[in-house]
Amino acid sequence: MSIVFWVIKRDLLLAMRRKSDVLTTLFFFVIVTSLFPLGVGPEPQLLKAIGPGVLWVGALLATMLSLGRMFAADHADGTLEQMLICPESLSLIVLSKVVVHWLATGLPLVLMSPLLGLQFGIEGEALRVLTLSLLLGTPVLSLVGAIGASLTLGLRGGGVLVSLLVLPLYIPVLIFGAGAVDASTSGIGAQGHLSLLGALLVLALLATPKAVASALRISLE
Amino acid sequence: MVLTAESMLEATELACMRGDRILFTDVGFRLAPGEFLHVRGPNGSGKSSLLRMLSGLLLPEAGTVTWQGRNIKNNEEYHRALIYLGHLNGIKEELSAMENLKITCGLAGFDVEEKDALDAFERIGLFGREHLPTKVLSQGQRRRVMLSRLLVAQTPLWILDEPIVALDTDAIGLMRSLFELHLENGGMLIMTTHQELELSAGIYKEIRLTS
Repeated sequence: MSIVFWVIKRDLLLAMRRKSDVLTTLFFFVIVTSLFPLGVGPEPQLLKAIGPGVLWVGALLATMLSLGRMFAADHADGTLEQMLICPESLSLIVLSKVVVHWLATGLPLVLMSPLLGLQFGIEGEALRVLTLSLLLGTPVLSLVGAIGASLTLGLRGGGVLVSLLVLPLYIPVLIFGAGAVDASTSGIGAQGHLSLLGALLVLALLATPKAVASALRISLE
Repeated sequence: MVLTAESMLEATELACMRGDRILFTDVGFRLAPGEFLHVRGPNGSGKSSLLRMLSGLLLPEAGTVTWQGRNIKNNEEYHRALIYLGHLNGIKEELSAMENLKITCGLAGFDVEEKDALDAFERIGLFGREHLPTKVLSQGQRRRVMLSRLLVAQTPLWILDEPIVALDTDAIGLMRSLFELHLENGGMLIMTTHQELELSAGIYKEIRLTS
């Protein structure tokens, strides 16, 4: 298990040395979500209705922006090939890298979302559900995104290709994530949506590291 | 070739295809402790591909590579015994030489003491620079950071792709004595290099790839 320790330590250290990367994603999220009230007008009912969807789409796009970083730099400087030939399981390395990716991009979004939610007039129980749905959903975004990032590694114009590959896969997360808040405000209760998000998370945790590991092996051949 | 009982690494009938071009076919060798295999050939003849194949990064189109009789694919023992240094340095520019060395060794499955790492940096001529981010170092110095791994690692098999490129004559001398020591201690060395590098220890073997 020491491999998990080393990969997490390494990637956290790198994230600390490149704070601008982390901040760019966060500011992108803040700015995109703040543009909507300016664009659609200050009608409180309308803002309250579109708020969860806007925050979720913002989180989706912000995560996608950061996917390029997940493996590209390690691929370019040769550290990724050293990881591929190390004696431990590559899936475990991938999982550790995704954990750090989430800590550096997903978690700041989750922490910022209550504040941005208030901006849309989302309050109380709905705000709690929104944050909880992002907390469950953003790790899925990182995990699924890792597949796209690994498949497009080393390709020219990979950034655009990643969005084509990954955005359709994000749709279920978006539906259940934004839907959870609607369900909660309409009185049905968010339990069902959140459970489904949790199920998606478990599924992604089980399936994606192996898929990413294979994709990386192919990309580096 | 004499079949030695103690031959550790064995490659048989390896073939390599890149795209739809055949780079080489029917490459085979045996390597026993204390032997140095020099892979030669012109640019584009597949030297690097052969080394990547031997390190398990590239699957052979045909043929097998075995380590102590077992295929190297998913062979944890083999990867513990191996250091592969490719033509990319494999170090992070944002991290210092010390952090780079500790982390690469940590990933390869063994911990390096601070003292041993400092000794290694002193020997390889990076003393006093071990805590600078490697992005401020020169090409040759970065190469030395990468090669410092050879000084602390106790692995029997080294696969090195053009290790002495960008090094000055002092560093090349140091690497030569390091290779000789490694071979004398029963290590194995597989290397490509275009520079002449005469080693006074070990048994010399050669593979010539043609384009």
